[in-house]
Amino acid sequence: MEFFGEVVAWFGDPANLFGPDGLQGRLGEHLILSAIPLVIAMAIALPLGAWIGHSGRFANLVINIANVGRAIPSLAILALATMLLQAFIVSIGLRQFASEIATMIALTALAIPPILTNTYVGISEVDDDLVESGRGMGMQESQILREVELPVALPVILVGVRTAAVQVVATATLGAVFATGGLGRFIIDGIAQRRYDEVFAGALVVALLSIMTELAFEFVQRRMTSPGLRGGRIALREPAQAGRVNGV
Amino acid sequence: MDWGWIVRNLDEIGQRTLEHVLLTVIAIVIGFAISFVLALLIRRMSWLEGPIIGVSGVLYAIPSLALFAFLVPFTGIQNPLTAEIALVSYTILILLRNILAGLASVPREVIEAADGMGYTPSQRLWKVELPVALPVIVAGLRIATVTIIGLVTVTALIGLGGLGYLIVDIGYRRFFLTATLVGSVGAVLLAVIADRGFVLLQGVLTPWARRRTEG
Repeated sequence: MEFFGEVVAWFGDPANLFGPDGLQGRLGEHLILSAIPLVIAMAIALPLGAWIGHSGRFANLVINIANVGRAIPSLAILALATMLLQAFIVSIGLRQFASEIATMIALTALAIPPILTNTYVGISEVDDDLVESGRGMGMQESQILREVELPVALPVILVGVRTAAVQVVATATLGAVFATGGLGRFIIDGIAQRRYDEVFAGALVVALLSIMTELAFEFVQRRMTSPGLRGGRIALREPAQAGRVNGV
Repeated sequence: MDWGWIVRNLDEIGQRTLEHVLLTVIAIVIGFAISFVLALLIRRMSWLEGPIIGVSGVLYAIPSLALFAFLVPFTGIQNPLTAEIALVSYTILILLRNILAGLASVPREVIEAADGMGYTPSQRLWKVELPVALPVIVAGLRIATVTIIGLVTVTALIGLGGLGYLIVDIGYRRFFLTATLVGSVGAVLLAVIADRGFVLLQGVLTPWARRRTEG
């Protein structure tokens, strides 16, 4: 019980809450470290997945790459990205953010497969009759994709985005091993210096952030699902969900 | 790539691989036992499904490093118990869901046929339902094992060795790419071997399915 008192005291100390090394700064770093890779991954994987789903080309290749990628531990991806890219990042004059950039590249690589597979699966599983009626109504291919396939596939696509978001927020914690900022610092530094109140407090904030990310994206997913799909209890598969690797 | 280092350090690589395999096997065996008991419990008392799946879902959403960190103040670093509590709790969501789905997938007629032949409930479970549910259960074991092999790399951060020790402690901390590569490739190989192993096991345990595909 004494220990929990220490944890409460840790949260009560303004030095731990404010400033760049406090919760405030670390949370900000963590969000930036997660948001940039997620946005880049979406910018790459959404159009690519939509195109693959619509045209049916390269589908097997993409699924295979995603499956192989799942077997590589996140920690290994972070370590390899850091060691292979750091020298290059420093050489182009970004020494100050070398760890962060390497970690964000690794996180982008982790975020792409769930978004890509779900977008591809979502689009390719849209009922052929819907697509055909679109064609019959004189819609162009790009119109079919935008006005028929995307809205119908959106719930499945958003599950992919949610999976990626949760994974990125979780894995960003491990960035601290490779000298980035973010909430993982409390855990990694705390373990190194045997400050267990800080370790526990850091873990608490990381866990809360992960759960809140999951809930927030679930909310968005519900709000953005077309009412026509929401009521009908159409079975929506969650292909990337099954093998989701949690933060590592 | 420093091949000489690999040859000189085969002992260390072997030992780290063994640590990795042990941590994984313990987590899967205990996780499966707990999930199996929970699944049987849920069959008796179906109102338990919501709360149990809910709790294991929340545990599953917590990043591994954070879950280890929650336990470190109590069980300490370099204690396998710290890792195993977290690893086991990750397996439960995957394994329990698949065991339940597998048992639910047994066709009604099959159950009725077993009842009609005079099977007791426990005979029916062991001789009819579980064999029919096996492919779905094995699918869960495959996902759980591949996931855990990835997560075990993180246990190096709480002083438990494994292939994560090669990736981080020897590789990254001493900036020695060979060690990081050996650890990473090792983890992927373990995952592939475990996955194929379960496919083979399923084939051995369900000879009727093989016969059907052959004929």
